[in-house]
Amino acid sequence: MGNYKKYVLPGDAACPGCPIPIGLKVVSSATDGKAILVIPACCTSVVVGSAPKSSLNMPVVHVPFASAASVASGIREALLKRNKEDMSVIVWAGDGGTADIGMASLSGAAERNSDIIYIMYDNEAYMNTGIQRSSSTPEGAWTTTTPILGKTEQKKDVAKIMMSHNVPYVATASIAYPHDFYNKLTRALKIKGFRFIQLHSPCPVGWRFDASLTVDVAKAAVETGMWILYEYRDGKLEFSNPSKYLIEHNGFKPIEDYLKLQGRFSIIGRERIKELYAERDRNIEWFKKLL
Amino acid sequence: MLLSEKKKEKMVITGNHAVAYAVKLSRVKVISAYPITPQTSIVEKLSEFVEKGELDASIIKVESEHSALAAVYGAAIAGARSFTATSSHGLLYMHEWVHWFSRARIPTVMAVVTRTIGPPWNIWPDHSDFIDQRDAGWIMSFAMDNQEVVDLVIQAFKIGEDPSVYLPVMIGLEGFILGGTAMPVELPFEEDVAKFLGERRQPYSVADSVVSVGNLTSPEDTELMQMDIQAAMERSKEIIRKVDEEYGRLFGRKYGGLTSCYRCEDAKYVAFTMGAWSGDAMEAVDILRNQGIDVGLVRIRYVRPFPSEEIKQALSSARMGIVFDRSISFGGYGQLFEDIASAIVNAREKATIVNVIAGLGGVNITAEDFANVLGKLISDFEEGKELSHKLWYHSGEVMKY
Ligand SMILES: Cc1ncc(C[n+]2csc(CCOP(=O)(O)OP(=O)(O)O)c2C)c(N)n1
Ligand code: SF4
Repeated sequence: MGNYKKYVLPGDAACPGCPIPIGLKVVSSATDGKAILVIPACCTSVVVGSAPKSSLNMPVVHVPFASAASVASGIREALLKRNKEDMSVIVWAGDGGTADIGMASLSGAAERNSDIIYIMYDNEAYMNTGIQRSSSTPEGAWTTTTPILGKTEQKKDVAKIMMSHNVPYVATASIAYPHDFYNKLTRALKIKGFRFIQLHSPCPVGWRFDASLTVDVAKAAVETGMWILYEYRDGKLEFSNPSKYLIEHNGFKPIEDYLKLQGRFSIIGRERIKELYAERDRNIEWFKKLL
Repeated sequence: MLLSEKKKEKMVITGNHAVAYAVKLSRVKVISAYPITPQTSIVEKLSEFVEKGELDASIIKVESEHSALAAVYGAAIAGARSFTATSSHGLLYMHEWVHWFSRARIPTVMAVVTRTIGPPWNIWPDHSDFIDQRDAGWIMSFAMDNQEVVDLVIQAFKIGEDPSVYLPVMIGLEGFILGGTAMPVELPFEEDVAKFLGERRQPYSVADSVVSVGNLTSPEDTELMQMDIQAAMERSKEIIRKVDEEYGRLFGRKYGGLTSCYRCEDAKYVAFTMGAWSGDAMEAVDILRNQGIDVGLVRIRYVRPFPSEEIKQALSSARMGIVFDRSISFGGYGQLFEDIASAIVNAREKATIVNVIAGLGGVNITAEDFANVLGKLISDFEEGKELSHKLWYHSGEVMKY
C-alpha cells in the first residue's frame, strides 16, 4: 500500500474505533494524495478537524448535504478545461448523503457518466446528527428515530441502484478488508467515467459495540453474508474474496454471530432472524444471475 | 488602444439571448443550468454555441437547480470562470447554495430572469424571487433593457473577480419584459472583452494547492469571515463605479454606477424604481415635467451593495421620495423602501418618503399609471394632506396596505 501517513495526519476528531479514518487512509494511499475530496455534511465533516488545521493533507471541499456529486462534476469539468486531468475527484459521503438527500444528484452524475469516483461509506444511519435512521439502515435496527420498534423498512441497496445506471464501475468493499478496498480503488482509478464504491463501515457509537471491535464487526458482516463483496464491470458481476469463497463453499457463519456483536439488533426476535436468512440467500441468488 | 477598429453592428435579440451572448463574450468555461420558464432560452442558446463550437465551454446537464449551482461552485473553486441562470422556484430551490457560494468567497455570475413565486402558478415577472436573495452575500444588479443586460453580465465578471471583492454576482432581468422581448443591442468584440476582463482571478483554487474549503472552524473565525464579506461589499461600491467608468470609456456606455439618475439633479420629488418599468417611469417623469412638476427618477441598479450614499444625496434637497417596489416583505414594507428608509435614517434633513407596492404577480404598469400615482401623491403632498407611507397601487387605485 502507498504512504497514507503523508496524507492522513495523526490526530483527528473521530470517536475511538471510528471506521472513517481507516477508509480515508486507504483512499489517500491508493490515490497517493492526487485527489480532490468532496465531502458533504456527515461525520467526516467533523472527523477531519477544524480550520485552520486539518487532519487531511489533501485538497478537501466541504459541501452542503445534498450535492456532493454535483460539486464533484463541476470540479472535474474545470480540471478538464484547465488541462489538469491527472487529479482525481473523489466524493466521500455517508449513507444519508448518498441514499437519501443526495440521491438525485448522485443519480444525475451517474447518468451523465461524470468522470468521478463516489465512495459511500455506509455506517447505516445518520451518525453526525445522533444516530437517526437512514434509508440504508437495515430492517430491525434500533436508532433514535426507530427507538421502540426498530426500523420497519428494508435497507435500500444503493449499489444495485447504481448498477441500473449502467456506469462503468460499481463495487462493494468493507473496512475490514483494506487490501480489497485498495485494489478496487486502484482499478477504479484507471477507469474513466462514473465509478461507485459502497464501503461497509460499522460505527461503534451508533451500532452499540465496543470501540475495539470495529474491524471484527465489519468482518462478521462479510463472514455471515450480511455484506457481500463484489465488483460490477461492463455488465458483469464478480464476487470478491472472501465472499466468493464463502458463497462457493456455502461457508457462512450463522447470522446471529453478526447480530449479537451489536446492541442495535437486541430488539429483534426469532421470526425476523429466520427472515434474514431467507433474505441473505435471495440476495445472493439475485447477484448470481449477473455472474 | 484596446477597442478593435472594426465597425460595431447592432443585433436585435431578446434579453435572454443578450445574457447568452455576453456569457460567450466573457469566455466562460463551465456552465450549468436547469430549465425553468422564463430562463430556458439562455441555456438553450448557450448549448447551441457550445455544440456549434463557437464557445469552448462545457455544459453540465444537471437534474436540478440545487445541483446546477453546486456544479458551478465546483468549477469555480477549481479555477474555471463559470455561469448559471435560473428563475423563481429554481432560484428558491438553489437558496442553500446561494449562501454557500458567497460565504466561500468564490466569484461566479448568475442571471436571474425574474418571475413571480407561486402559488398560484404564474409565469409573469415581479421582483420577489430576486429580492429574496438580498441577504445572501451576492452582489446584485438589475438591468433596465437588453443593452444593459449585456453590459452588466460582462461587468459582473470583472467586479466579482476583483481581488478587493471576490464575491459572486447576480444579474436580474424581468422574464418576458426583457427576457423574451427582442430589441437592438450592440455587442462588444470578443477580443476587447477578453482584454477588459483579463484572466480569471480568484482567492484560492483547490486544483492548484492543498486547501481545505468550508470545514468547521471557531465561532470567532466564522464571524471574522462574515465581517470580511461586509467589508468586501463596501469596497465593491468603488469597484462598481470604476468598472462602469472604464466600460464607458472603452465601450461607449456608462450608466452612473450603483444608481442611474433621470432628471433627478434638480428634482423636488424623486421616484425610485428598479428594472424594466423604469423606462415607463421615465416617460411619466417627462409627462409631469411638461406639466411643470419638478420630478425626477433614481433607478436602482445595484441592490447589494446598497447605494445608500447616492440615495441620501438624491433625497438631501428633495421634498418627497416615492419608492416603487415590485415585491413585498409580507408584514413589513417593500424591500427597496426598507433599504431607502435605512439609508436616510441619519440624514439631518429628511425628505418624506412613501412606499408604493405595484406590479406584483406581473401586473402591467404603464407610463400613465406612474404619471397618475406620482401626480396624485405630489398634489396631495403640496396640498398638505396627510399621506400614508404604505400604499398599494392596484387596478388604477392607490390604497393603503
Ligand atoms: C439540508 C440539510 N438537512 C439536514 C442537515 C443535518 N445533517 C448533517 S449531517 C446529517 C446526517 C449525515 O448522515 P450520513 O450521511 O449517513 O453520514 P454520517 O453522519 O453517518 O457519517 C444530517 C441529517 C444538513 N446538514 N443539511
Ligand atoms: S459516530 Fe461513528 S462514524 Fe461518526 S465519528 Fe463517531 S464512530 Fe465515526
